Amino acid sequence: MDLWIEILVAAFLVISGVFGLVGSFGLIKLRGTMQRLHAPTKATTLGVGGVLIASMIYFTFVRGGVSFHELLITLFLFLTAPITANFIAKSYLAKHVTPDTLPETKGEYGWAVYDDPPGGDTSQEPHLGKDR
Amino acid sequence: MIITYALTFAIGCYCLGLLFNLWRIARGPTTADRILALDTMVINLIAILVLYGISRSTQIYYEAAMLVAMVGFVSTVAYSRFILRGDIIE
Repeated sequence: MDLWIEILVAAFLVISGVFGLVGSFGLIKLRGTMQRLHAPTKATTLGVGGVLIASMIYFTFVRGGVSFHELLITLFLFLTAPITANFIAKSYLAKHVTPDTLPETKGEYGWAVYDDPPGGDTSQEPHLGKDR
Repeated sequence: MIITYALTFAIGCYCLGLLFNLWRIARGPTTADRILALDTMVINLIAILVLYGISRSTQIYYEAAMLVAMVGFVSTVAYSRFILRGDIIE
């Protein structure tokens, strides 16, 4: 294998390892729960993206064919990391933060964690539901 | 040869990250911390699986990494939703 390809793969591996370590170290270093949400969802996701890029380059030049399917994992992780962070933040808000300490939402409805969705919840109570 | 050293370094980094996550799971004051640490463990595990696949020079572990990614996302959402609403599927 070409030396430059090896150097490129090794550089991606080292950079992604450092990013993954920083993400996991921020999980124990930062003080508050909402601060701790930042480290793994950004740094660790970027680290895994670097590992997958290194894997793509390596298998492209070892096998000779183009290896694209690692991009599926990257796409999946980059799509699901914000959703996961949003859910974890919502579960924290619901348990540990009261609504009067939060700022106003400038909208017609309040925070979605505390208020029911607009027009949604009446159908769950049988005596208020619409007749069919 | 360079790749071998870089692989050892990267696998060491992610294994150390797994230990940090375990510390946060054991220590974590709130449930949100524990969910977050478990989710980070899943992401680190995906990276370790892909790195192991590179070190063995095989692509078998790609499917395992994909499955772990999907199951990890679903379990994280289910756990947070159970904390949030007291039920998973309403």
